[in-house]
Amino acid sequence: MTRGREVWITGIGLLSSIGEGHSAHVRELLDPTAAAKVEEARFAPYAVHPLVAVDFGRQIPKKSDQRQMEGWQRIGVYAAGLALADAGLAGDAALLDVTNLVIAAGNGDRDCELDQRILEQIEAQPAPGAYLNQALMTGLRPTLYLGELSNLLAGNISIIHKATGSSRTFKGEEVSGVSAVENAWRRIGAGEGDLFLVGGALNAEREDLLLGYELGRYLWSHPFRSVWQRGDAGGGFVPGSAGAFLVLEAREHAERRGGKPYAEVAGVFTDRSRRGAGDVGATLTRLTRELAGPLGRGPVPVLSGASGVEPVTTEERAFLDGLARAGLVGAVRAFGTRLGHSVEAHFPLGVALAALALRERALFPPFDASGMEQPFEGEPERILVTGLGHWRGEGLALLERAN
Amino acid sequence: MARCNTDKKGRRVVVVTGLGIVTSLGRGKDENWSKLTKGVSGVRSITRFPTDGLRTTIAGTVDCLDCTPYSAYALASAIAEATAEEAIHQAGLGGPGRFPGPLFIATPPSEFEWPLLRRLYAESPDPSKTGYKRMLAAARTGSYKSFQRELEFASIADRMQERFGTEGEPISLCTACASGATTIQMGAEAIRRGEADAALCVGTDATVHPEGLIRFSLLSALSTENERPEKASKPFSLKRDGFVIAEGGGAVVLESLESAQARGAEILGVVSGCGEKADEYHRTRSRPDGAAIIGALRKTFDDAGASPEDIDYINAHGTSTPENDKMEYISLKAVLGDRLAGVPISSNKSMVGHTLIAAGSVEAVFSLMTIQTGVIPPTINYDEPDPELPLDVVPNSAREAKVRTVLSNSFGFGGQNVCLILSAEPG
Repeated sequence: MTRGREVWITGIGLLSSIGEGHSAHVRELLDPTAAAKVEEARFAPYAVHPLVAVDFGRQIPKKSDQRQMEGWQRIGVYAAGLALADAGLAGDAALLDVTNLVIAAGNGDRDCELDQRILEQIEAQPAPGAYLNQALMTGLRPTLYLGELSNLLAGNISIIHKATGSSRTFKGEEVSGVSAVENAWRRIGAGEGDLFLVGGALNAEREDLLLGYELGRYLWSHPFRSVWQRGDAGGGFVPGSAGAFLVLEAREHAERRGGKPYAEVAGVFTDRSRRGAGDVGATLTRLTRELAGPLGRGPVPVLSGASGVEPVTTEERAFLDGLARAGLVGAVRAFGTRLGHSVEAHFPLGVALAALALRERALFPPFDASGMEQPFEGEPERILVTGLGHWRGEGLALLERAN
Repeated sequence: MARCNTDKKGRRVVVVTGLGIVTSLGRGKDENWSKLTKGVSGVRSITRFPTDGLRTTIAGTVDCLDCTPYSAYALASAIAEATAEEAIHQAGLGGPGRFPGPLFIATPPSEFEWPLLRRLYAESPDPSKTGYKRMLAAARTGSYKSFQRELEFASIADRMQERFGTEGEPISLCTACASGATTIQMGAEAIRRGEADAALCVGTDATVHPEGLIRFSLLSALSTENERPEKASKPFSLKRDGFVIAEGGGAVVLESLESAQARGAEILGVVSGCGEKADEYHRTRSRPDGAAIIGALRKTFDDAGASPEDIDYINAHGTSTPENDKMEYISLKAVLGDRLAGVPISSNKSMVGHTLIAAGSVEAVFSLMTIQTGVIPPTINYDEPDPELPLDVVPNSAREAKVRTVLSNSFGFGGQNVCLILSAEPG
């Protein structure tokens, strides 16, 4: 593994089903009696982890701005604002001017009510095409497209928070989140930038999002279980509303301005296999070799981004079991059990939780009672974060306690 | 003669060794360049779907690839594959299904289109339900798995990776109408950092479908000059009234100079500089003072170690909207000063329309062909100049000129601004 300049995490912004802000997340996840917040009735047979009640006005003061965003953008802009404030960048025009955005995003919310009205009428029309034109011309809100466009989460972050150094949006489900962290890590390492805001957001409470994933039969449609316990019923993921943002910063830049680290990002690596039998394990094994040095120093706890989708969840489990037998990894925690699967935001969320655990000097207690997640005593010095796509893409990051 | 493999900043020099293109003018470099330099328009009346009741009924569709039934995913994939095949063939790099570098690809939204929604609704096994619940019942049958690929943002990249054997996790990206330029920037960065010796950079878009058109129409972004489609896109002219939505794609094979020289490849140009700056002013408009575009231009000149005097030609973003063309002029004037009056600037979009996500890729390909051939493609439909934009737009007819260095601009919704400086082979 080649290491360039050291990369620190100096700001974290989180918003999810279990709370707002990183302190609330630490408190909730360290509490062994706390449980996942799951909504099973509203979209039955599908469960979702709904967003905690939040006053968006605290990060997005203008109602007109809020109206021009769809749900995923409001969640993301809110979490991004928390991260910028946490890092001490909020309101600092000079630093925001050089803050580079690398955002992982999908698409925003459709107007499901309009879709329904059209679908109910269209087949009975003598000229369905002309009807569709007329219905869309009169029914679509003119600004809806700006709420859907992938890069308009980044755009809104620039507008609301004034972070404008540069702006890139990656797409491609889970591993776009890994690639976003990787890209910032590489650019800082090579001296192409000092300050990055990286993250993503998912609004899980959307029927159009559920339909998109259920076309591929990727959703869990049975009573709620932990991600490790879904395999015998075919697997599936439970979407979780979440916004997760990280400020990544060159160590020397942070030290110059008095920024404090949660953790150091020691390495981030990605690849994409064709997902034939054994491919996931082989890819992860190859990626792990990039981290061989720091991983070789005793069992490292794992924050797994496992989604519950099969067969990839079982393959990840087999890979982690192998690393455990080799003495490389120790306790595993699949944070998706507690927060749901947040797709593009999921890996930044895992990295944020790993950084928080390193700063707290404590791993979260098990989220699962099946035996997969063993207790962990002591203070973690490094944490491995996994990010595997439900369909494609494999990624790993290693975080270390910052010196 | 051996050349220096590093630039003024000590970074590896990034060169171009392959180009591929598909637009409304046709497939491939020869057909496109021949028509582009003759001032032919690819804009026409839409025949793909009924246009009753629409304010805009024209587009630059790609009709030269066999892709039925149409979906944005299917056609965008076909365009991407056609352009990459042409670019890799020209570069002669790697082997069949084995491209020795990563893929950076700009793709259109992966989203529901109406034919699929209608089918799910009509074929649902539970017609007692309404709306999305009814379609979810259809999805649960598992009969529509093949359509799910159209909704995965990783899909087009996945097809490309499978076919061309690119290395590692491909990056699919969106910086709106700057996306194509971002792919080249990211490829150049990966090579400069030494992570790769080559990169495949592709932009593709094929979203001329009812909702794709209507959402731009509702933002008042499109020309409504439906009666004379070929005259509708008129960048920098007084009566410009919006852009013409179009489809297309471009592919660029980047390589380190060292790698290209070692295998004796023909070098088509150099990626000398890239720069980007985000605007915080508005979702669809630039800051009135042009600060973000100016920032992107200055960063690009700085990255290239170039000055305005070095620029022989500007390949404009030039969308033909009143706002864009004005802001592009104001920003260029601020950075190039008096030099701007002496630099030819033209907009390919006057002929191929605005290929949106792919525009930066398409225009990078045309910029590099301008360097190679010494012919500057015109801005057509420049019948009535806008007196507030005093520019040499290479009006209506192509021009021969020695062009060593091109500035290519790309600006997008959401405050995305990316510029490239592309140069002739050094020495």
